[in-house]
Amino acid sequence: MALDPGFIGRTYPPTAVYEVGREKIREFADAIGDPNPVYRDPAVAQDLGHRDVLAPPTFPIAITWPAATVIIEDPELGLDFSRVLHGEQRFVYTRPIYADDQLTATVIIEDISERLGQGFLSTRTDLVTVDGEHVVSGFSKLVVVGAAEGAQS
Amino acid sequence: MIKFADVAKGDVLPEQTFPIRRVDLVKYAGASGDFNPIHWNERFAQSVGLPDVIAHGMFTMAEAVRVVTDWCGDPGMVVEYQVRFTKPVVVPDGVDEESGARLTVTGKVSQVNEDGTVRVDLVATSGGEKVLGLARALVRLP
Repeated sequence: MALDPGFIGRTYPPTAVYEVGREKIREFADAIGDPNPVYRDPAVAQDLGHRDVLAPPTFPIAITWPAATVIIEDPELGLDFSRVLHGEQRFVYTRPIYADDQLTATVIIEDISERLGQGFLSTRTDLVTVDGEHVVSGFSKLVVVGAAEGAQS
Repeated sequence: MIKFADVAKGDVLPEQTFPIRRVDLVKYAGASGDFNPIHWNERFAQSVGLPDVIAHGMFTMAEAVRVVTDWCGDPGMVVEYQVRFTKPVVVPDGVDEESGARLTVTGKVSQVNEDGTVRVDLVATSGGEKVLGLARALVRLP
């Protein structure tokens, strides 16, 4: 299955609103084993100048990864997810995610390429508040194993 | 709290070692919503050619940045963070508390920028092998 470079630039509609919440942040911080009180105690976060508890730096993946399933489920692209590996991840933050944030995720296919029999799919997912404020963008590079090889068969 | 004026290129951040046990992967799957069976089902992992269950790359990425956030004192100062997943972290099963893998992370200030940010380069190893490439964070210090 070849990846069609014609999909570069495709932007999917924003997701439904994701309400962050203090308990979700606490659960995520527990799961990554990080005891930092700034993820749990609003008073500690406020002492550092934040309006509420903030989310750990990699928390956005819990929103951006499910949002990116629109790519996997896009019948026109025809991606075989069992062949997809997570190659690289980058976050660029305008500010941290706060517990009281209400966010939507917009997924964009930024690049598609093939090299040495593998396909590469670069995506960007923008997390924006319901008021239109940009919070963070997640950039994922996905490797599609054997994409080019499939194209030849 | 670290101040921008106190940081110089070449500064070394305190090294940390973190556990990666099966229970950690189960918790991370639940919290992140990533239930790919390669992260919890040994038979499935082996059926796709892996030696054993492997950690979520994003779990390793989450642990690695603690060297930065514990050092700077405020995770909200991180303005960029990126990694490349170069080698999977294999997480063996076992009956005692210590079973599993360990991740050791070191960090070094590689750039001090005029805009008040500093770049920290991270090296993450497990079982003596590098598991992340191009792991770096940009931090805005007061």
